Amino acid sequence: MDLHLSKVEPSAEERDAVDAFLGAPATGWDGGTRQARDQHTAAGGHAARSRRHLLLPALQAIQSRIGWISEGALSYVCLRLAVPPAEAYGVATFYALLSTTPRPKRVLHVCDDIACRCKGAEDLCAELEKSDAFFIRSPCLGLCDQAPVALLTVAGPNPEERLFGGVTAAMAKKVLKGETPDGTDRIPLPQKGDTSLRLLARVGVVDPESLDDYRARGGYVALRRALEIGPEAVIREVTDAKLMGRGGAAFPTGRKWDAVAKHAVRPHYLVCNADESEPGTFKDRVLMEEDPFGLVEAMTVAAYATGCERGFIYLRGEYPLAYERLANAIAQARARGFLGERIMGRPLRLDIEIRRGGGAYICGEETAVFNSIEGYRGEPRNKPPFPVESGLFGKPTVINNVETLVNVLEILRIGGPAYAAIGTPGSTGPRLFCLSGCVAKPGVYEVPFGATLRQLLDLAGGVAGGRPLRAILLGGAAGVFVRPDELDMPLTFEGVQAARATLGSGVIMVFDDRVDMTDILRRIAAFFRDESCGQCVPCRVGTVRQEEALHRLQARKTIGTVQDEMALLEEVGQAMKDASICGLGQTAYSAIQSAVTRLRLYDGATT
Amino acid sequence: MFGAGGGTSSYREVEETDVLFLWGANARDAHPIFFHHVLKGVRRGATLFVVDPRRTASAQWADDWLGLNVGSDIALANAMAREIIHAGLANDAFIKHATSDFDAYRNSVEKYTLEFAERETGVPADVIRRAAHSYARADRAIICWTLGITEHHNAVDNVLSLINLALLTGHVGKYGSGVNPLRGQNNVQGGGDMGAIPNRLVGFQDWTTDEGLRKKFESAWGVSLQPKYGKNLTDMFNAMEHGELHGIYAIGENPAHAEADQHRAQRLLESLDTLVVQDIFLTRTAELAHVVLPASASWCESEGTVTNSERRVQRVRKALDPPEGARDDMWIISEIARRLGSDWGQPTAEAVWNEVRTLAPIFTGMTYARLDASGGLQWPCYDEQHPGELFLHSRLWQEPRGGPPAPFSVVEHDPPLERPDAEYPFQLTTGRRLDSYNTGVQTGGYTSPLRRPETLDMSPEDVTRLGLDEGDTVRITSRRGSVVAPVHVDPGLRPGLVFMTLHFQDDVRTNVLTVDYTDPKSGTAEFKACAVRVERALVEARV
Repeated sequence: MDLHLSKVEPSAEERDAVDAFLGAPATGWDGGTRQARDQHTAAGGHAARSRRHLLLPALQAIQSRIGWISEGALSYVCLRLAVPPAEAYGVATFYALLSTTPRPKRVLHVCDDIACRCKGAEDLCAELEKSDAFFIRSPCLGLCDQAPVALLTVAGPNPEERLFGGVTAAMAKKVLKGETPDGTDRIPLPQKGDTSLRLLARVGVVDPESLDDYRARGGYVALRRALEIGPEAVIREVTDAKLMGRGGAAFPTGRKWDAVAKHAVRPHYLVCNADESEPGTFKDRVLMEEDPFGLVEAMTVAAYATGCERGFIYLRGEYPLAYERLANAIAQARARGFLGERIMGRPLRLDIEIRRGGGAYICGEETAVFNSIEGYRGEPRNKPPFPVESGLFGKPTVINNVETLVNVLEILRIGGPAYAAIGTPGSTGPRLFCLSGCVAKPGVYEVPFGATLRQLLDLAGGVAGGRPLRAILLGGAAGVFVRPDELDMPLTFEGVQAARATLGSGVIMVFDDRVDMTDILRRIAAFFRDESCGQCVPCRVGTVRQEEALHRLQARKTIGTVQDEMALLEEVGQAMKDASICGLGQTAYSAIQSAVTRLRLYDGATT
Repeated sequence: MFGAGGGTSSYREVEETDVLFLWGANARDAHPIFFHHVLKGVRRGATLFVVDPRRTASAQWADDWLGLNVGSDIALANAMAREIIHAGLANDAFIKHATSDFDAYRNSVEKYTLEFAERETGVPADVIRRAAHSYARADRAIICWTLGITEHHNAVDNVLSLINLALLTGHVGKYGSGVNPLRGQNNVQGGGDMGAIPNRLVGFQDWTTDEGLRKKFESAWGVSLQPKYGKNLTDMFNAMEHGELHGIYAIGENPAHAEADQHRAQRLLESLDTLVVQDIFLTRTAELAHVVLPASASWCESEGTVTNSERRVQRVRKALDPPEGARDDMWIISEIARRLGSDWGQPTAEAVWNEVRTLAPIFTGMTYARLDASGGLQWPCYDEQHPGELFLHSRLWQEPRGGPPAPFSVVEHDPPLERPDAEYPFQLTTGRRLDSYNTGVQTGGYTSPLRRPETLDMSPEDVTRLGLDEGDTVRITSRRGSVVAPVHVDPGLRPGLVFMTLHFQDDVRTNVLTVDYTDPKSGTAEFKACAVRVERALVEARV
């Protein structure tokens, strides 16, 4: 409150974009015409401030209608939602997909991140830079199996968003002119038809837009089973299954659910973390695009077990098809009594809302998700308190990754103990891996825990073109590089731990002998520098220093010797690891450190 | 309240109450530190109502803003009372146990229907109803007010109308419920505590009605006391007018700028035989004085105590020596006494305080040692074991009740005496801004990025109707005088209502315009309401 608004007025179109989302203003005090009644009363206070969580979607409404957010438009949103302009500006400038400076209506976001770099993204960008095409370089867009890729956004009354794979310069120019490009069909699932698949069983098989087809292929069996056995038993099954979170932190899901279920404070919230932005990760996108009802059902089970009546899917902003399919799935489920009041005729209530991210890697951090949904900058919170105590809107919150939730369907289908028998004692169940880079058949692969890196690589046809393997990045930008002689590492939590590696989000990115690894490292460093939220000093400063050092190494303009730069990197990396608030800073040196120590990348380098 | 001149609640209670009324109070700007406590309460979930003719910065925080017409507070309060009674929400048990004169009160508010109140106050009936129900239904509720209630010709009645609401609902005398005037300075409360008011001695003791009390003071001070009240400031000016008062000794007060109808105030001050001013600044009043006594700054160059709005007595410690020539107030007063033939010596602040403790029971338990150790104690504090009182009047809830019942007061709607008419069509109300304080004596010497010079604040509708633009210079004229100021558009104002501050008396002497109709019971002038005319100023000359 205490709004000191800019005197700049919004245009009619900007006003309309906001009103179309928020509804027309009710009084002269929140943007409407001043009425006689307004001279003597105004409602505000808690009711007005409780709409803060609509800030990001309101800004997105302007962005997708106009193409950018002007001062007048921002001011109007502030008036409508009782948010101080400085705070709203802080939010608007936090997200890469929002612009506070003019942009054309039609924008191509071209991925130049590490997987796409292996497939010529830099040449593509260089080509486009020579033309008058308007494009923006983007971090990983989550379509790495079809690299190089780009996201088209077209602002207007009927905004358009589309992810393209296999992008060429000619195609990019065509798309920017408004023409539909050829050959944009998605690569089919490599394992399609494999009857042993559990998580991917329906992918590529079921009609992702039909609730009935979903039900005909095993849908809503898990929820029925859950309703039969009761919420405590559901948590027991999940605990017995020894399901560990698939988002990267591998926390036991049963324990998380149990803590929220037992928490006396109400309401409880359920959040599905679908902000899949770890470079090289695209498994959740495939699940959401191809089996969206599965996620909706899994969330319903989770909500039932933990006593949540409101669920949010925090979806990556760059996933338009997943958004369409999930929105359709939620609408159908609601219309058919699988969401809303009295789900399946029981006294069970749940509604699910999708919130789209704005292009910020940090918003995959679980507490940053909460801040983002609440309408604040997506900056991580200090922990404790943990989300099970104080999460979304300060209430006990279950937050799980998409893949984790989808596993629950399988647990209820076969039972916790049977599920626990899959994989190894320490790593149970099936696991999805995202193979990309210089690999013959990139894509999402499902294997039981225990498969080795070599088995996965073989499954994907080995290094593309039979070239020699240089390195594999495990776990994404926040992961570690491993050497060709480490391929017998079992891909289990305990296996990678023993090898001082990580599974992270299931990224297996393959680099052959032609890839300039120093360039890959520099891109990883640039990624962390760009995506650091800037809240804590070790990360804000450390990611910049790290990138600078790598630049100097790449350009052979080191300060002092190569060893001096190595010592600096190590010291900065350690500071980030020790002192950063969240996982971003804590892992920003991880891949670079492994390139130095495992790949010996700079051994023998000279200044 | 009910015999003791202080707010009933503690700041902590404001943070932990359920429903909070700021009535005639723009605490966000005028009591910014207190407003932090309000914000804590709001953050915890308290419902906030702000009653103010203007949609102020405080009103922006409110769940409901009740934008009443200037001076229609009693119509609003009485209508809320009638609604509470008719809805069956009055606290009958409390009324029976702890109050008196309810029947007369109930009968008196009967004519204040919601429709009547909407007509008189302008506030929609449904909003008045919501406010009434919210207040009455609350488990805890606090009303705070400031000058919007007291700067009226019927100030005391305004206050009583709010106290009536508290009695009707039992929102007094228990944790989280109460009635509180907000004090404008760190030690306004302390001034009253120490008897710097014409009708009470230290500790709010009335020596005129209680023979025993008078004897106590007479024997302590070795003088005889006349059993009659002194004059309040308004009475003093009237007495000057009538030639009955010839000398003024003003300590830390700037009436030449602060009084309503300023032309008259200055004329009367200039006519005095003797004007002595004791101040830390050479104020406008000091410029008129025959003798000026430069005083030390009490917050950093003196020892002593202050009392804040929650009745908490706190120690003040000397950090600096005053500049050459400036003396401690206590030294000056003692020295004057000596030269007048009564040698008090030069007592320390603690010695004076200990005298206060022996004469005023509410402070008896507050030794300097305890004040130092506790960081401040809240009166009453009757002995050295007494922890002080978080809130006042718990006696009303005791079984059996302690002391006499708290009386309801019949008060009637009585709009401001000077209302807009064809010649003076605008209602002018005055107030303060965040960055400045009163006549600017204490703040004018410092820059603030927030400060802008004096303006006439006006609704967008009126600005358009008069063909004006932001910044245009206008002449504002009342029956008493005329000033010139630039116009400033404020959507927080409605058509017909204009606003000025009193912060920039050297540039724009707003109090030239105001009326000195005063409340006979409190002596406060109706700064909040006078009628003015606004015209484009052809010559940008200063008055």
